[in-house]
Amino acid sequence: MRGVPVVVGYALRESLRRRVFLVVLVLTAAFVALYWLGAQKAFEAVDESEPPPAAALAGIDTRTLTGATLFGLSMFGTLFLGVVLAAFLTLSVVRGDAERGLLQPLVVRPIGRAALLVGRFLAAAAVCTVYVLAVYGANLAITWSTGSWRPDRIVEPALELTAAVAVIAALSLLGSVVLSATANGIAVFMVFGAGLVAGLLGQIGEVLESDTLRDVAEVTSWVLPFEALYQDGLNAITADTSGFTEFALQLGPFGGAQPGGPFLWPWTVAYLLLVGVAALAAFARKDL
Amino acid sequence: MAAAFTVRGLVKRYGPLTALGGVDLDVEEGELVGLLGPNGAGKSTLVKIGCGLVRASAGEAYVCGARAGSAEARAAMGYLAELFRFPGWTTADELLELHQRLAGSAGGAEERAELLELVGLEDARRRRVEAMSKGMQQRLGIAQALVGTPRFLFLDEPTSALDPGGRRTVRGLLEELRRRGVAVLLNSHLLSEVELVCDRVAILSRGSIVAEGRPSELARPHGVEVDVGGGTRLFAGAGREEAPRIVAGLVASGEQVYGVRVLETTLEEIYLEAVGDDTA
Repeated sequence: MRGVPVVVGYALRESLRRRVFLVVLVLTAAFVALYWLGAQKAFEAVDESEPPPAAALAGIDTRTLTGATLFGLSMFGTLFLGVVLAAFLTLSVVRGDAERGLLQPLVVRPIGRAALLVGRFLAAAAVCTVYVLAVYGANLAITWSTGSWRPDRIVEPALELTAAVAVIAALSLLGSVVLSATANGIAVFMVFGAGLVAGLLGQIGEVLESDTLRDVAEVTSWVLPFEALYQDGLNAITADTSGFTEFALQLGPFGGAQPGGPFLWPWTVAYLLLVGVAALAAFARKDL
Repeated sequence: MAAAFTVRGLVKRYGPLTALGGVDLDVEEGELVGLLGPNGAGKSTLVKIGCGLVRASAGEAYVCGARAGSAEARAAMGYLAELFRFPGWTTADELLELHQRLAGSAGGAEERAELLELVGLEDARRRRVEAMSKGMQQRLGIAQALVGTPRFLFLDEPTSALDPGGRRTVRGLLEELRRRGVAVLLNSHLLSEVELVCDRVAILSRGSIVAEGRPSELARPHGVEVDVGGGTRLFAGAGREEAPRIVAGLVASGEQVYGVRVLETTLEEIYLEAVGDDTA
C-alpha cells in the first residue's frame, strides 16, 4: 500500500486542475447566492408580517419553522451537489479510464491495483468532505446571519452529509469497475434518486402512519445508507424542537425525517468496507 | 540469470474466442525481439499478459524470473501501450515524476532530464501533454516506460504515430537500449523497422507462433544474380554456397563477371508466407 499516498496526490491534483472542477465551483457559488437570497427574503417576511392566527394560537414558532425548512432545503442541495462532485471524481476511474488508455500506464507500476483504488477513493472522499463542509458552513452562516436561527445540532448533520457523499463515492467507484463512464453516471444518479424517493415515502408513511411505507423506507436505508444518513441529519437539526412547531415541521418536505438509530454509523462503516471489498475483488479480476 | 521474458504454453480465451492458443517464447537478457503478426493475431494480448493487465487462461509467463503481474515483475519492466493517453493537465516533467514515485525510482530530476533528452523532448519539459502533438506524446510514452531503469521493456507499436524522423529517433533509442543491456519485446507492424533493429523475430498468427528466429536464419536463398558483359543473369534457387561455382563456370566459359549478388527472401516475404491468409 506504499503507493496509496502517491495515488492520492495524483488524484487531488487531477481534481483541482480539471476544468470541470471550476464549473462545479461556479455552480456552487450560484447555489449559495440563491440560498442567501431565499433566506434573506424568507426571514424578512417572517419579521415583517404577523404569523397566521391559527399558528399564533397553537404557539408555532414561525422563525424556527422557516429556519428549519430553509436549512433542510440547503442540506438537500448540499447533498445533491456533493453527490455530483463524488460521481464526477470517481465514475470513470477504472473502466472509463481504461477505455481511454489512461489507466494502463499506472496499473503496470508496482503499486498494486488495490492501492490505486484505495488512493482514488481517499482522494475523492477528501475533496468531497472539504466541499460538503464548506457549503454546509456557508449555508449555516447565511441562515444565522439572515434569520438569527441555527439548527439544534450543528456537527452531527455535517458529518452525516459528508459520510453520505462518501458512500456515493464508494458506490460510484464500484460501478466504475464494471460500467462505462456514462452508464455508471446514470446508475449513480438513479440509485441516488431511488434513495431519495424511498426516504420521502418514509416521511409520508410517518405522517399517515403507514407501516408499509415505513418498511420500504427502512429497508432502503439499510441498502442505501446515504439516505439514512441524510434523514438522520435532517432529524438532528430540529432534535430539540417540540410541540406544535415540531408537528408543523413534520408536515413540511424536510420535517418528517427519522433518526437512524444506534446502528447507523457502524453499518455505514461496514457498508463502506463491503463496497470497498467488492470493488477490489472485481478490479483484481478485471482484464484491462 | 533468468531470461528477461519467458512464456510457456500461454493460453487466453475470451469466451468462445481463443486469442492465444499455447504460446512459447523467450526473450533473453539484453535481446531485442520483434513480435510480428496481423491485427487480431494476439500480439497485444501476449504483451498485456506479460504486463499483468490481462490474466492468462492457462500457461505461465515470467518477467525477469518473477511471475508476470507480480509486483517484482512490474518493478523490473517498463511498458508503452499501443493505445495510451496521459492526463492532459500534466506537464512532461510532472508525468515522469509521477511515474518515478509509482515505480519507486530515486532518479529524481537528473533521471527525468536524461530521459527527456533521450527521446528528444528536453525543450518540452514544462509543456502540458494536451499541448503536445501525438508524436511528442508517443516519445513521452517511451520516456515514461524507461522510468526506474527497467531490465525489460514491452513496446507495443511505439512508432505508430511518429513521422520518419521520429521513427529514426526511436531506432536510435532502441540501439542505445541494446547497448545498455535492456531487453525489449517490440510489437510492431513496421517490418522494415523490425528487420533493422531486432536480434530476433517471432511471428504470431491466430494465437500461435508460426515462425521464430534471427532474420538471417529465417531468410531463404532466392537465387544468385550475376552481372556479365551481356547484362544480368539470374540463377534462380541458387544459394550463397553455389555462388563461387557459378562464377567459376561463367569465367571458364569466357564471360566477363562484373558483380555477384546473393538474393534472399525479405522479412516481408517471410511474414506473408508465415501468416498465410491470416491478414485481417
